[in-house]
Amino acid sequence: MRKQWLLLVCLIWAGTGIAQAIENLTVSASTADHSKFEVLQQPFATGPEVTAVCLGCHTEAAQQIHQSIHWTWEYKHFTTGQTLGKKHVPNVFCGSLKSNYPRCTSCHIGYGWEDKNFDFNQEQNVDCLVCHDTTGTYLKTEADAGHPAYDDIIDALGAHKIENLRPVKKVNLTQVAQQVGKTSRATCGSCHFFGGGGDGVKHGDLDSSLIAPDRALDVHMDAEGLNFSCATCHTTDAHQTAGSRYAAQAKDTHGIDVPGSSHGGRASCESCHGHTPHPFQFNGKLNQHVEKIACQTCHIPAFARGGVPTTTFWDWSKATTKMNRDEEGNLRLNAQGKPQILFEYDDNGWLTYASHKGDFKHEVDVQPEYYWFDGTVEYTLLDDEINPEERVSVNKIRGSYNDEISRIWPFKRMVGAQPYDKITRRLLATNVYGPNTDSALWSNFDWVKALEVGQADAVATGAATELFSGEYGFVKNEMYWPITHMVAPKEEALACHECHSSNGRLQHLSGFYLPGRDTTPWLDKFGWLAVLATLLSVAGHGGLRMLLAWRGK
Amino acid sequence: MKTMIYKRFERFWHWSQALLIILLLITGFEIHGSFVLLGFEAAVNSHVVFAVALIALWVFAIFWHATTGEWRHYIPTTEKLAAMVRYYAFGIFKQEPNPYKKSLSAKHNPLQRLAYLAFKLAISPAIWLSGMLYLSYPYWSTLGLEGLSLGAVAFMHTAAAFAMLVFLIAHVYLAFTGKPFYAYVKAMITGYEDTKGG
Repeated sequence: MRKQWLLLVCLIWAGTGIAQAIENLTVSASTADHSKFEVLQQPFATGPEVTAVCLGCHTEAAQQIHQSIHWTWEYKHFTTGQTLGKKHVPNVFCGSLKSNYPRCTSCHIGYGWEDKNFDFNQEQNVDCLVCHDTTGTYLKTEADAGHPAYDDIIDALGAHKIENLRPVKKVNLTQVAQQVGKTSRATCGSCHFFGGGGDGVKHGDLDSSLIAPDRALDVHMDAEGLNFSCATCHTTDAHQTAGSRYAAQAKDTHGIDVPGSSHGGRASCESCHGHTPHPFQFNGKLNQHVEKIACQTCHIPAFARGGVPTTTFWDWSKATTKMNRDEEGNLRLNAQGKPQILFEYDDNGWLTYASHKGDFKHEVDVQPEYYWFDGTVEYTLLDDEINPEERVSVNKIRGSYNDEISRIWPFKRMVGAQPYDKITRRLLATNVYGPNTDSALWSNFDWVKALEVGQADAVATGAATELFSGEYGFVKNEMYWPITHMVAPKEEALACHECHSSNGRLQHLSGFYLPGRDTTPWLDKFGWLAVLATLLSVAGHGGLRMLLAWRGK
Repeated sequence: MKTMIYKRFERFWHWSQALLIILLLITGFEIHGSFVLLGFEAAVNSHVVFAVALIALWVFAIFWHATTGEWRHYIPTTEKLAAMVRYYAFGIFKQEPNPYKKSLSAKHNPLQRLAYLAFKLAISPAIWLSGMLYLSYPYWSTLGLEGLSLGAVAFMHTAAAFAMLVFLIAHVYLAFTGKPFYAYVKAMITGYEDTKGG
């Protein structure tokens, strides 16, 4: 008995000893200090030059990246058979990659995807630094096909131009290369926080407030607390990242991932919290909800909670309708002789109109919309016929109460209007970007030319079969973005009545009985009538008794 | 003469059942969405506690009825049934005496027998069966009950709850029709009542 106690004490002592040792480590936790590598002690003129050196040691890295969605921007959906990925899908924001390469591919994990002829087999064109930078100085400029700033860009006021909240300064590639390290919220966020052309525009649950969030914004990423990086959950193996918006895991049935039972990474709440995440309750109601309710539904009561507004409405039909004009009504022109853009803002300073993009609505602290979701997302692709009389779901989320894999998930539902072809009845790709072209909408404000060039590229790359007919209109659209980040502290989780009440958050979901929301109206009517009749009867009977008793006295 | 007509367990059973049923009605109709009082979560949690307590109480009560032979008090009879109906419809207003006199061997009048029998054989089983199904909803597939619909179970539970509420109102009123008006209630508290012969 004494021996066992001794053993236990020794084990505890040994355990705390290891933790202490790691905490007191005076050297880097990594086994390599890249600043000591001679090959990195040289000036680099371009990103690909750095990559060539990286590949000297990390011989398989580029090929791994080449097989990742970060590189291919392509995803073959196993259920729908659709070919998705940013390379192919339209969206309700800037529309599509087609013909807008250098602007969109500023967030490609590579260098030089300037047009449809990009060589996807070129190893040197993989961008290692955008993910592995630890200095915060590596910035891919917004329209150079993924290249970082090789020169300072100075704006009209003489200061460094600001892109994605950072000054565009010539990147010291040698310094960045010598200090590479693990990915971070800042490196992943350098693209994922700025999707759709600006901070927080696209997702709503991903924006720059997550670079250093507090506990109230995200319990896991809390910089002063757990301090999770993106990769803590989006685990990677051979540069393949866990977690997908095209084929989400609406319900992770595998439970906690431990060695020997790790199913495709940790990108689900269940990976760590398991199937019974709540403490024991005598009626077990919270844990029973796990079956039909995604964790996110209760634990993310609102998104865009970090103060950064997210775009919730974008109406392209208003683009070009209001221009920047002088007193005589003539267009104001910029240095290149192109029309200047008129911007309008609301009282919060949030954009409400831009000549080149149309009408906007922005919101913070947005309450999600809730839908049954089985993980499958189906797109309306550029060669899918649409009904212009109805709102087009650019992506549709599948799911139902009646299957085993669906759960109720929170979504950002983005709405607006986008161009379509009146003759072919299909969504159109617009050439929005191209400051020196005569077709790009954002420079020339001519829809016909912009649609001709955009759609031509869509046809040339096989995304569409029909060229632009010449007749365009605008169709109302919607798009669904699953909400899974900005997990609030448990004190902020939704209370039962948020859904279990009439006019609650799940008011519009049908096909199942929700206690507190649903009733059988005629039964209620009949039941209360019976109660009222009984009350009146006893009141009448009792009243008469009292009256007669009183008169009898 | 004074006779102990309601035994100690019977009184304990009656009053604790009364309390639990009232609490279950309040929390139940809140869960149903009829009003907001405790909040949905507290209403659900307490409803489950009260329900489990009532089930336990009934297990004891059934055992008691079976072993003491008290169940015989609920056998329906037509004897004096018409007289009782007439009494409640007319006689009671004219200060006529109640045609029924309690005895140890028959402590409920024929109308009471019928009402309590309906309570025990119809309302209660309906509310229990539907309630236990409602509670076990997450395990339906394990129990082989996939075919059930929660809406149908909730309908039955709600309908039975309305019947229970109607019973409760009538029962409470009739409890105050003794002479003096509180005589029956007092008997149910003390256990003693004047009986014929004895």
